[in-house]
Amino acid sequence: MKPYRVLPGPEEFLPPSAASMGIRLPDPDQGHIEGRIVPEEEAMERAARVFLSANVPTIFPGPLVLWSWNEKAAKKATAIQYLYDAIRESVSKRAKPMLIPMADYRPKYPKINPEVEINPNHPNLTIWHNKIDACMFVGVHCHQANLALKIIRGGTDCFTIAMCAQAGHEDANLTFRDATPEKIMNFAGWIKKLKGTV
Amino acid sequence: MTTTALIGTKNKKGQVYTDPNEIFFEAPRDASFLTGSEIIKEAIKRSSCEMSVAYPITPQSEAASLIGELFAEGYVDIYSRGASEFDVMSICAGGSFGGSRCFTTTAGPGTLRAMENFPMWAGSRLPIQVCITCRGINSPLSIQPDTLELYYMLETGCLIWHAETAQDLFDFIMKGFVVAEQPDVHLPIAVACDGFFVTHTKDVVMMTPDDMCLPRYDPYRSPVPCMDMECPPVRMMRDPFVMKNNYISYATHASWQQEVRAAIERSRKHTEVLLDGLIEIENGDAEVLIVSSGTAVSQGRETITLMKDEGFDVGLVKIKTLRPFPTEEIKAATRNAKRIFVPEFNVAGWLAREVKAVVEDNQRVVAGPHVGGGMTMPPEVVMERILRTLKADKEELSHV
Repeated sequence: MKPYRVLPGPEEFLPPSAASMGIRLPDPDQGHIEGRIVPEEEAMERAARVFLSANVPTIFPGPLVLWSWNEKAAKKATAIQYLYDAIRESVSKRAKPMLIPMADYRPKYPKINPEVEINPNHPNLTIWHNKIDACMFVGVHCHQANLALKIIRGGTDCFTIAMCAQAGHEDANLTFRDATPEKIMNFAGWIKKLKGTV
Repeated sequence: MTTTALIGTKNKKGQVYTDPNEIFFEAPRDASFLTGSEIIKEAIKRSSCEMSVAYPITPQSEAASLIGELFAEGYVDIYSRGASEFDVMSICAGGSFGGSRCFTTTAGPGTLRAMENFPMWAGSRLPIQVCITCRGINSPLSIQPDTLELYYMLETGCLIWHAETAQDLFDFIMKGFVVAEQPDVHLPIAVACDGFFVTHTKDVVMMTPDDMCLPRYDPYRSPVPCMDMECPPVRMMRDPFVMKNNYISYATHASWQQEVRAAIERSRKHTEVLLDGLIEIENGDAEVLIVSSGTAVSQGRETITLMKDEGFDVGLVKIKTLRPFPTEEIKAATRNAKRIFVPEFNVAGWLAREVKAVVEDNQRVVAGPHVGGGMTMPPEVVMERILRTLKADKEELSHV
């Protein structure tokens, strides 16, 4: 049997968690691309290329960076805004970058407004509605991020990137770990560096 | 201040918060001759445990009582008695939601009475540690060792480690906190030992210095929002999405369960380092292997010696972790064995089923011998089963 790869979906009705398929998280200074452990800079370059070639590259900031609950969160939020600006400045004219918050984790009832928010319990609705083909989670609690990433992989063809402050996410197509404001700025630097080359 | 930043500073009892790797692998160890219950107390004394809840049920009562002494001495911040085991586990959940490192103990019927809480702990990603001192669960009453209760624990979403000896128990309790609290794991852990055989017998245990303790638990590394009334994410506690009657709610629930099991898988990486692998192999090249966990492993070791005296070469695979189950390790370790025996202290033979589910050509697996209800398992009984099976194999061959 071929080793499992964490590819963009739609994968199946209820896709397996990548961890259960033998995908392991990267160590510090590493990332993973589709389940393959790589040096972090290689993941940076690939993620930048994915965003630059996407029609709707989108950042999903979560509560850990939406709320100014400590100094680091505020710095990360500033870095994310810088990244978003870098993406807007660097993508082609046909692309439509978005920044859609995941403000909380409660299921939206009776219905989510997919134009302005995303929710971990039905993230596919926001992806489908906005035709998002590449996205990055940042500041989302790990458990909720994994729920969302797996549901997205199950039902959409969106390429998912996780900028995780902890150990990373196997359920994303590409993950970074130990995210800091500096790492987010570094990613923005890659976007600017590769502008016009994709 | 983060818990990492506390390393090198002292707690109110004068213990130095120390990097776990230094405690486990570099610090000098001294021999002590103690019961398993006393060992539980000593491990908790070094674990910066903030909260423990007790309820009496043999054979864990003594350990729970000794932790009360730690509270009186100031090593544990909060200590109370629950109204039942269900209550105990519920209080622990509250403590863990609130950011405390929680420890409790239970056994046999108490484990089953508390059962609803264990998948709740796991689904809520609470890294509580429960020490299960295994005993019989069914009527007629038995307070004696029997590991059937662990069968019920297997799919709760908890990490489950099974100690063979008091030394294991000491190490597993302290290391269990470290693995269970990793942000990519963050699950409850059941550290099990066989009641009386481990809890009420004395053994020599090499202990770490009691003036060193683990760094405190950092709830802000939790994969779910921690309950901090000063911090906005607390307003995002779990909503009962399954009540919202639509398809996606069910999908989320399924995905949630998968994520808990994924977290068990992630614990392998951390556990392999701290426990030096999920299994231990002794004389692994032998054609006959004993595969087991808990004190059945010790009986297996004795059996190896007896069998050697009879001219037979027998090896052993000790399973340290039941969840995560060491699937690939057992597959590899048993690949060349002609017969695999799984002795167990329960009549159901659940471990044999687990082993059969992962090894190739599982007709090689012999489920047993089994004892239950507090019976001992003399190595002669294991030897007799092995000899009888080998003789039958030989007779079958001679008829071909």
